[in-house]
Amino acid sequence: MDADRRGHPILFRGGAGVIRLENLGRSVDGAMHLEGIDLTLSPGINVLLGRTHAGKTSLLRVLAGLDRPTAGTVTQEGQDLTALPLSKRNVAFVYQQFVNYPAFSVRDNIAAPLRRKGLARDEIARRVADVARRARIEPLLDRLPAQLSGGQQQRLAIARALAKDAPLMLFDEPLVNLDYKLREGLREELRGLFHDGQTVVYATTEPEEALQMGGTTIVMHEGRVLQTGPAHSVYRNPASVTVAEIFSEPPMNVVAARAQDGRLTLGDLTLPLPDHAPAGLMGCRVGLQPHRISRSPGPIRLEGETLLAEVDGSSTFAHFRAGGQPWIARLDGVHSLPIGAPFTGFADPADLYFFAEDGTLLAPARGALHG
Amino acid sequence: MHKLEDNRAWLLVVPVFALVAFNAVIPLMTVVNYSLQDIFGPGQRVFIGVEWFREVLRDLTIQASFLRQVAFSALVLAIQIPLGIAIALLLPRVGWKSSLAIILIAIPLLVPFNVVGTIWQVYARPDIGFLGRGVNAIGIDYNYTASAVSAWITLLLMDTWHWTPLVILLAFAGLCSIPEPYYQAARIDGASRWAVFRHIELPKLRGVLTIAILLRFMDSFMIYTEPFVVTGGGPGSSTTFLSVRLVNMAVGQFDLGPAAAFSLIYFLVILLFSYVFYTILKMNEGEP
Repeated sequence: MDADRRGHPILFRGGAGVIRLENLGRSVDGAMHLEGIDLTLSPGINVLLGRTHAGKTSLLRVLAGLDRPTAGTVTQEGQDLTALPLSKRNVAFVYQQFVNYPAFSVRDNIAAPLRRKGLARDEIARRVADVARRARIEPLLDRLPAQLSGGQQQRLAIARALAKDAPLMLFDEPLVNLDYKLREGLREELRGLFHDGQTVVYATTEPEEALQMGGTTIVMHEGRVLQTGPAHSVYRNPASVTVAEIFSEPPMNVVAARAQDGRLTLGDLTLPLPDHAPAGLMGCRVGLQPHRISRSPGPIRLEGETLLAEVDGSSTFAHFRAGGQPWIARLDGVHSLPIGAPFTGFADPADLYFFAEDGTLLAPARGALHG
Repeated sequence: MHKLEDNRAWLLVVPVFALVAFNAVIPLMTVVNYSLQDIFGPGQRVFIGVEWFREVLRDLTIQASFLRQVAFSALVLAIQIPLGIAIALLLPRVGWKSSLAIILIAIPLLVPFNVVGTIWQVYARPDIGFLGRGVNAIGIDYNYTASAVSAWITLLLMDTWHWTPLVILLAFAGLCSIPEPYYQAARIDGASRWAVFRHIELPKLRGVLTIAILLRFMDSFMIYTEPFVVTGGGPGSSTTFLSVRLVNMAVGQFDLGPAAAFSLIYFLVILLFSYVFYTILKMNEGEP
C-alpha cells in the first residue's frame, strides 16, 4: 500500500513490527538528551510519559529520523534503521503546534502527503473523505487552516498524519495547546483512530492522558527510561518515587517515615503499621496519591490548614499542612477553600506506598494489587 | 428603552480632534482652497470650481510624469521584493553571524535621503565616480547626465541599495517567526526546498510582504529627493517624476492653483493604488 513511485525501499510495509532501541543515546554539544535507552516498541499505543525536558521529543525525533542517535542502534524486525535517511522512512508526526500548510485548503492539506506518494486521483479522494470523516472535519474541507479553530486545526494535522497511513505514528504532546474540554474530547477519539498494525508513540506530560490512552507506558526522566509496562500496572506499581511523582498529577505526596513497634510515624502523625507494609521496615518514605485523600472520614486523619487551593479542570487541588508536613489532596469538583481555613483530609492506610530511602518501591498500595 | 447619556465623554476626545484639525485638516483645507480658486493677490481671488483639476488632468507633461512614475514603482517592486526575500532566505537565522548580517544590511536605511542622492551622484559620475569610471573603463557607455537609460539605471540601483534592506528586514522577521515544526513536517513529508518555500514560507510571509509592498510602493511613488539631487529630473524630462514635476510647478513657476489640484489628485491616486494593493493582497488570505 505504501508504494513509492520513485522506487524508494518500502519500509514498515503493513505495520512497523517490533522496533527495538538498544543502548540509545544522543548528546548535543556535550549535553545529554538521551542516555542508555533500551526499549521495545510493539504495534499498538506506546505512551512516553515524562516532564518537560525528559527526552520525549528527542526520542521521537530519533524515531522519525530527524536526528541521528550519537550512541546505540534502532532496529526494526532485525533490520538496522539507525542511519536510514528521513526520506526512506514512512512516519507521520503530529506536533504541539498546529502544523498545516497555510495556503492549502483542508482537503489539499490532507491530500498533500498522498500526492507525494503518487497515488491515483480517485484513491486520494477516497482516502481524504475517509480520513476527514474519522477526524470529524468533513464539513470543513474547503476552508483554509487559518479559518479553523485551534481544535479543528489540530484535527486537521491529525487527519493529515492518518491519511499517510504510516506504520509508525509519532505524537508530540498533540493536545497540550488545546483547552481543557477539547483536550478531553479529542483524547477519547484518538485511541479509536489507529489500526492494529500501527505503532503509535505518544509523548505527554499528563498522567491522565497516559491512563486514558492505555497501551504501554514508558516513563522517562532526564533522558532515561525509568519504567515500562502496561499503563495501569505502572501506575499502580511505580518502581520508584520519581516514577510515582511523574505518574501523578499533582505529584504524589511523599513523606519520610519510621516504622517501630508496629507503629508508623510520619512527622507528627502516628498510626498503626498497615498490614501490607514490608517486614523489617525501619526508615522509609511513604507515598500517598493526592486523589486518595478525601474529605469523608477514614482511618487516617490529616488535620491542618489550607495553604492554597487551585482548580484544575473538574477537580480542586488542595494544598494543606498537617502533622508538620505539606500535603496535596485532589478533590473531585470545584471547592472553595480560603487560605488559612481549617482543612481535614482522610486517608486509608491501604493506600500507602512504601519506598526505601533511596526511592525504590518496597510495597505498593494494597488497593493497587487488585482492582 | 431610555438610556441616560453622559455627553461629557466627548470632552476627552477634544484634544485629539484639535490635534488632527491642526496638523491635518487645516493644512489640507488650505490646499483645497487654492485648488478651487484663482488667486491674484491678497484679497483678489475668484472661485473657479474644478478648472485647475481639469487643467492638470489634461496636462501632457503631467501625464508623461505619471506613466514614468508608474513604471518606476513597478520596477522598484519587481526588483526589490524578490531580491529582499531571496537575501532574507540566505541569511543565517541564529547566532552572532545573524546579528552581524542584520546590522550590516540595515546601514543604508540610516543614511538620510539627500546624502544617499549625493553619494550616488558622485559614485556614478563618469569622470570621477568609482562606479561611473569603472563601467566606462570596461567599454560600456554610461553617463546619467546624457542618457535616459543610464539615468534610470542609476536611480533604480540607488533606490535598490537604499531600500531593499527594509524588505530584507521584514522578510527576515517573517521567516524567523515560522515555528521549527513546519520545517520538520516538510522534511518528514519529503518536500523539496522549493515546496517548502512555495507552500510554507511564502504563505507565512504574506502579512509582512503586504506591508513591504505597500511601504515600497508608497515611498517609490512619492520619490523626490534622490532624483532631484542626482539627475534634477533629466536628462530632458526622462526622470521628471510626479513629485519633481509638482515641485517645479509649485515652487518654480509658483502656479499655486494647479499645484494644489495636482497635490490632491496625487494624494488620491496613492490612496487608491494602496487600497487596491491591500485588497488584492488580503484576498483569500483566510484570516477571519
